[in-house]
Amino acid sequence: MTSELDIFVGNTTLIDEDVYRLWLDGYSVSDAVVLRVCSGILEQTGATAAVLQSDTMDHYRTFHMLERLLHAPPKMLHQLIFQIPPSRQALLIESYYAFDEAFVREVLGKKLFKGTKKDLDDISTKTGITLKSCRRHLDNFKRVFKVVEEMRGSLVDNIQQHFLLSDRLARDYAAIVFFANNRFETGKKKLHYLSFGDFAFCAELMIQNWTLRAIDSQVDDMDMDLDKEFLQDLKELKVLVADKDLLDLHKSLVCTALRGKLGVFSEMEANFKNLSRGLVNVAAKLTHNKDVRDLFVDLVEKFVEPCRSDHWPLNEY
Amino acid sequence: MPGKLKVKIVAGRHLPVMDRASDLTDAFVEVKFGNTTFKTDVYLKSLNPQWNSEWFKFEVDDEDLQDEPLQITVLDHDTYSANDAIGKVYIDIDPLLYSEAATVISGWFPIYDTIHGIRGEINVVVKVDLFNDLNRFRQSSCGVKFFCTTSIPKCYRAVIIHGFVEELVVNEDPEYQWIDRIRTPRASNEARQRLISLMSGELQRKIGLKVLEMRGNAVVGYLQCFDLEGESGLVVRAIGTACTLDKLSSPAALLPACNSPSREMKEIPFNEDPNPNTHSSGPSTPLKNQTYSFSPSKSYSRQSSSSDTDLSLTPKTGMGSGSAGKEGGPFKALLRQQTQSALEQREFPFFTLTAFPPGFLVHVGGVVSARSVKLLDRIHNPDEPETRDAWWAEIRQEIKSHAKALGCHAVVGYSESTSICEEVCILSASGTAAVLNPRFLQDGTVEGCLEPRLEENLPAGCGFCHIPYDELNMPFPAHLTYCNNCRKQKVPDVLFTTIDLPVDATVIGKGCLIQARLCRLKKKAQAEANATAISNLLPFMEYEVHTQLMNKLKLKAMNALFGLRIQITVGENMLMGLASATGVYLAALPTPGGIQIAGKTPNDGSYEQHISHMQKKINDTIAKNKELYEINPPEISEEIIGSPIPEPRQRSRLLRSQSESSDEVTELDLSHGKKDAFVLEIDDTDAMEDVHSLLTDVPPPSGFYSCNTEIMPGINNWTSEIQMFTSVRVIRLSSLNLTNQALNKNFNDLCENLLKSLYFKLRSMIPCCLCHVNFTVSLPEDELIQVTVTAVAITFDKNQALQTTKTHAEKLLQRASTDNEELLQFPLELCSDSLPSHPFPPAKEHLESASSNSGIPAAQRAVTVEKASPMGEGNFRNRSAPPCANSTVGVVKMTPLSFIPGAKITKYLGIINMFFIRETTSLREEGGVSGFLHAFIAEVFAMVRAHVAALGGNAVVSYIMKQCVFMENPNKNQAQCLINVSGDAVVFVRESELEVVSAQQPAANCQPSCPGGEVTT
Repeated sequence: MTSELDIFVGNTTLIDEDVYRLWLDGYSVSDAVVLRVCSGILEQTGATAAVLQSDTMDHYRTFHMLERLLHAPPKMLHQLIFQIPPSRQALLIESYYAFDEAFVREVLGKKLFKGTKKDLDDISTKTGITLKSCRRHLDNFKRVFKVVEEMRGSLVDNIQQHFLLSDRLARDYAAIVFFANNRFETGKKKLHYLSFGDFAFCAELMIQNWTLRAIDSQVDDMDMDLDKEFLQDLKELKVLVADKDLLDLHKSLVCTALRGKLGVFSEMEANFKNLSRGLVNVAAKLTHNKDVRDLFVDLVEKFVEPCRSDHWPLNEY
Repeated sequence: MPGKLKVKIVAGRHLPVMDRASDLTDAFVEVKFGNTTFKTDVYLKSLNPQWNSEWFKFEVDDEDLQDEPLQITVLDHDTYSANDAIGKVYIDIDPLLYSEAATVISGWFPIYDTIHGIRGEINVVVKVDLFNDLNRFRQSSCGVKFFCTTSIPKCYRAVIIHGFVEELVVNEDPEYQWIDRIRTPRASNEARQRLISLMSGELQRKIGLKVLEMRGNAVVGYLQCFDLEGESGLVVRAIGTACTLDKLSSPAALLPACNSPSREMKEIPFNEDPNPNTHSSGPSTPLKNQTYSFSPSKSYSRQSSSSDTDLSLTPKTGMGSGSAGKEGGPFKALLRQQTQSALEQREFPFFTLTAFPPGFLVHVGGVVSARSVKLLDRIHNPDEPETRDAWWAEIRQEIKSHAKALGCHAVVGYSESTSICEEVCILSASGTAAVLNPRFLQDGTVEGCLEPRLEENLPAGCGFCHIPYDELNMPFPAHLTYCNNCRKQKVPDVLFTTIDLPVDATVIGKGCLIQARLCRLKKKAQAEANATAISNLLPFMEYEVHTQLMNKLKLKAMNALFGLRIQITVGENMLMGLASATGVYLAALPTPGGIQIAGKTPNDGSYEQHISHMQKKINDTIAKNKELYEINPPEISEEIIGSPIPEPRQRSRLLRSQSESSDEVTELDLSHGKKDAFVLEIDDTDAMEDVHSLLTDVPPPSGFYSCNTEIMPGINNWTSEIQMFTSVRVIRLSSLNLTNQALNKNFNDLCENLLKSLYFKLRSMIPCCLCHVNFTVSLPEDELIQVTVTAVAITFDKNQALQTTKTHAEKLLQRASTDNEELLQFPLELCSDSLPSHPFPPAKEHLESASSNSGIPAAQRAVTVEKASPMGEGNFRNRSAPPCANSTVGVVKMTPLSFIPGAKITKYLGIINMFFIRETTSLREEGGVSGFLHAFIAEVFAMVRAHVAALGGNAVVSYIMKQCVFMENPNKNQAQCLINVSGDAVVFVRESELEVVSAQQPAANCQPSCPGGEVTT
């Protein structure tokens, strides 16, 4: 006796969060069944392994059908095929787009459309995330990137509107998109100590202050690209290092601004010239794309490392 | 020219990409009705076109309006080649044809393609302007309402229940015509869908005509089925019960349709209020509306009001009480005469209803069924489907004669079904023989003569159990005892019925789903020989199914079956029998005896030991079940019970017969001869297997109950969470040389595993009950068994009321009879002058809820409820719009039951009857057979919901999946499936919303209650 066909369709689509989690994590049906057995569900419910197998298959099938809709969350809201309460829908979407920071850290700033795919295997082994889940992660990034790439207006708002994500998740995606667009190098060994959260914080500040919209909110252009004029202006900062007077002036201004706010103020004051030179050099080079990509590497090399060698507790770059 | 149909195509969304180059679609729409077609403009390059068309107007006969569906086809415009079809929407405009139902159909419909499934949605508005038609020779029957619900719909009352209506139409199946060889699968499927849609429209119209002839205005319990006879054609047949219904117009008369636990609590103390003045002092209108037209004619009041005590008004059983006592003999005859005269005018005194207005059902005889094996031949003249008509007429005649043999004039809970394999067809019909109260069958003319019977002072709740036949001239050997309830009438020891548990029945403990499952191998044969083989097997199958049911019933320590449905399915090389019913312990019937096991070879010691071991196991199971289902009947002293009737123990209420293309009718006595206790003889391994299989049925996990009737006996505090589902399983039998035992085991395992899976899946709803569990078995191929289950899981509140009601009920039982008179008499007299307009309490469940054994008159309760929610009426009017209208997609509930727990149905919008075909040539790519069928069923649900929402409804009640025919050809990577579903579209309002003070914002009220009612796992 073999089961040819075995389905269960509810008027309200049944969704088991645990199974959804397993599916998102990229486990195969048989792996998922094993994991569920381990969770002790059989003992709790008195079910048999066959029942569990059938139940898992059923859920996986449902998720597979839902996946098409999850790719365009607003469709999920209007579709008629699956009757799912709104709170559930939100949960499905949020979990689908949630990502593992270990994975993001690997691909952050990389070109999302080329090359990375064959590296997925390596990432998968490195991070312990299943290949399937890696692929979902990457596909999510690409999908979001593609949709908002050419869009005007606030990056976060766009993502939120088109993917119905929570505020936090939308911000994270904005950072990912921003990094991918500017292809900031984050994979160098020196940068390994930085977490995704650190980069996301940087991205947010940069989106707020360094992009076209930041300069002139009337333009209402994209958040994605750095403002060329601003970068051009940064070049002018060279005078801050070249001219002794200006250097001093800058120093005193910064010192006044930071006095009392920094625990390592005296060290900072002592090293100001070096640090400032480092920063200004990095800033001045930003008109070249290559140097933009290396922004973080340079920052760490020229600014953070000297600081660290002086045993500063790390606050901000 | 009595109708103008107006259609407007508003917009589309989520259309599929039809032009790969641009990733867009140039869509336009064709609107077709009858032979007229309109087109919209092409909306270029969009997946979300906004056509916003003009109103397309069709001027049509109302005959066409009833028959034809509105066809909307969405196409992709192509300049150089033929336009590609994206998909279609069929809209049945029937709901727009009766005045009280929907007035407009407007909403998003899924665009459906038989190859690709749902491909986007289209927004359509449909209206109908009807002109008055005074033509007396009309062929249309606009205005006759159809209900799938097998009880009187909640917001109506039955003035007269006319009786059985049936009709069938036949046609050639497009798929079997020569043209099918050259046309595409899509064209073929669409031709079939369209034809069936047309045929069911025609059928409904013809039935409507019959109803009008009978002077009725509605069909209740409408059941329409398709027989796909293959080469011999396509038969669409329908049966139903013609009624004259009155809409309950006053909102005060509309009781909340179901029991909310909070109500329950309020009510009980109220009922104990010893002061009847609260009810009688205020001659308020609600009282008037809520009493039923029991029998308060002038003469009656005068006659009986002289002494209050000997008048037992037990409105819920009404006439049921005492017609058959010794002194009641003449009345019985009188009643019989009258009923007979009312019923004999009819060809078939059948009723498809399974639940009845109070007082309608007097006695129940037992299950009657008939089967017949027929050879299908080509239907030569589709306009005169005489052969099929004759076949059914034959079967119905048999049913009628069986009912007569049981001393009954009518058959209730009647249904018909077929099973077809190649050219052999088994026609089956079954129902419950019953004696009915003629009041509802004719226009109040016979009332006067019936009253004397009411003088007998009997508590409610047992009348229907009393035997309708003459005990001296019994149709079959039976074991009769005096009723445990009234001690006056005779009752059988077991009762099998196809109806729902009557509202007033006194039940002890809870009920449970009982199934008998059986397979029999059969040699492959052709035509005549095959038919003969099948008819030879049938009696054995019926006998065994019956024995199994009886054994399992005893094992559960119960004594009655409700909702019995025996399905016999024929396949190439086997026959399958599946019987489902809900077992209960009726207080009126005697306690069932245990099961004794006897061995054939008593000398063998070890064997003896084995037997006693088995016996012990059985006894343990019975004891365990008693505990599980809370069956603790009160101890009755022996002398009262006394069984003075020496007749052998009765085994069966089942009369059956079968005939094979001939008139020969055999009646099978299913009783087990003259054995005093129920003895199972273990004389060979077969019997051993049987006993084992008895014990292998696992009870549902704790917190779960299941039944196949509308409600679970013994549970009455439903909460509002419901989850309807369909589950399908197909197994392939492994080997070719199967034995009956192996087959039985496979089938048994299949059903048991399916149930286990359901319990597991729905575990988050615990405590809950699976209601209306409906199993369907089919044998699509040689080694395939397909089981389809549709049911609804309803949660209930475990902590409340189960005990309270019971104890209260005991107390109330004595009081009720005295209280009732005082309380009821007044309202009855009050309204005797406005007699014909007394509605029945529409709150059937409500009555059930408040303890089935209490016998509290409905009027009294009605008042209670009224007081509990004084704001009810005002609120409810503003609230007819479905809740959650502001959310993106409104929630539409679906349930096979006729009610929605915790809510009240305020409007019936019309019948939903839909037929879909889905085919694929890329089975593997769609996830194999499971993926294919899963998606299809989800789509069917979606389309049903969309239609209901477009009618302005928020639920489908009495939903049923009548057919799910699945065929696969994995080698060719193909599969095809046909699904037929039906139900009643309704608007419901939550009770909680009714209670909310109207000052609050309506929107705010709707919002939380709606998702709250949804299943969230």
